[in-house]
Amino acid sequence: MSSLKIGIVLLCLFVFAPLAFAKEAEYMAADPEMEKTVNEISAELRCLVCQNQTIADSSAPLAVDLKNQVRDMVESGQSQSDIIDYMVERYGDFVRYRPPMKASTLLLWVGPFLLLLIGVVVLVVNLRKRTAVIKNDGDLSVEENERLQRLLAAESSPQAAKHGNLSSQKAGEEKS
Amino acid sequence: MLRYLVPLIVFLGVAGFLLKGLELNPREVPSPFIDKPAPNFSLPKLHEPEAQFASKDMLGKVWLLNVWASWCVACRSEHPLLVQLSRANIVPIYGLNYKDEPDDAKNWLQQLGDAYVSSLIDYDGKVGIDYGVYGVPETFVIDKQGIIRHKVIGPVTPSALDNCVLPLVRKLQQATAQTVVKRTEVEGCV
Repeated sequence: MSSLKIGIVLLCLFVFAPLAFAKEAEYMAADPEMEKTVNEISAELRCLVCQNQTIADSSAPLAVDLKNQVRDMVESGQSQSDIIDYMVERYGDFVRYRPPMKASTLLLWVGPFLLLLIGVVVLVVNLRKRTAVIKNDGDLSVEENERLQRLLAAESSPQAAKHGNLSSQKAGEEKS
Repeated sequence: MLRYLVPLIVFLGVAGFLLKGLELNPREVPSPFIDKPAPNFSLPKLHEPEAQFASKDMLGKVWLLNVWASWCVACRSEHPLLVQLSRANIVPIYGLNYKDEPDDAKNWLQQLGDAYVSSLIDYDGKVGIDYGVYGVPETFVIDKQGIIRHKVIGPVTPSALDNCVLPLVRKLQQATAQTVVKRTEVEGCV
């Protein structure tokens, strides 16, 4: 009997306790379809006090106010572009989460591709240079060939190796 | 030589951008409202809630609209300057009491002095949104034709007042309907 009571109490605790943490319901448009539109538009607008969030993501007071404004405008039948124009008129292009393509934002849009292009050009130029060097290495000049032969000969007899080293040192001195 | 020069130039370029970035304030969103008509509104007055203030009534006068709230810390710091300005009787200052409890607002004014001809209750912040307010305090300079000529974002400082707001107000007051005065004419505003 008592274990049943405890069971009921526990069950109540588990079921009802989380309700104590439930938040106050946020103001929502009556029509879920409309609320969807509100959220879509909110996701296009930047929260001005928490600048890397949209007003849909943010719970800052200003973001909530702006979302309510969007909701009011949707309910009064205004289109998405009307609402975004209204916000841009007040807060500037900055309020748009995706900046529009304009002369002043061109660098923002094209910049990354420009950098990529520069990177590719530098890479190609360097690769070409390198293959040119490798190709040249195949053909030794007469002098280089002679030196190679000398070094190879020196390798075969240790005495000659000393001589070879000396001669290469001499060659180095002559050059300098 | 080029081998060392190119990275140096790239480095200097990046350093230049970063240095410039230190001076810019990303929190400051320039108002697209400058030189545009101030949105019309009609709001109850803080000290006589039955009476409405209509922004249209201010046509023909140069005036300041200062957005403030009792919960705003920065407003507290700029308020003595506004009180001083209002005593000088140069330009009427109206307060937009933004998202505030009227009782708190009245107490606040009693404590710090009332700089405003009257304060208008924007309880839900709708007029604030209409004016593109994104933080308090903000101060709008509105000309005789009801056009916003300048907006101070954040507290009005003595230097902003002396170098920009007051010279601009004087020019606007002297202007007639035919002459257009923009803030670019005042050096301290740009």
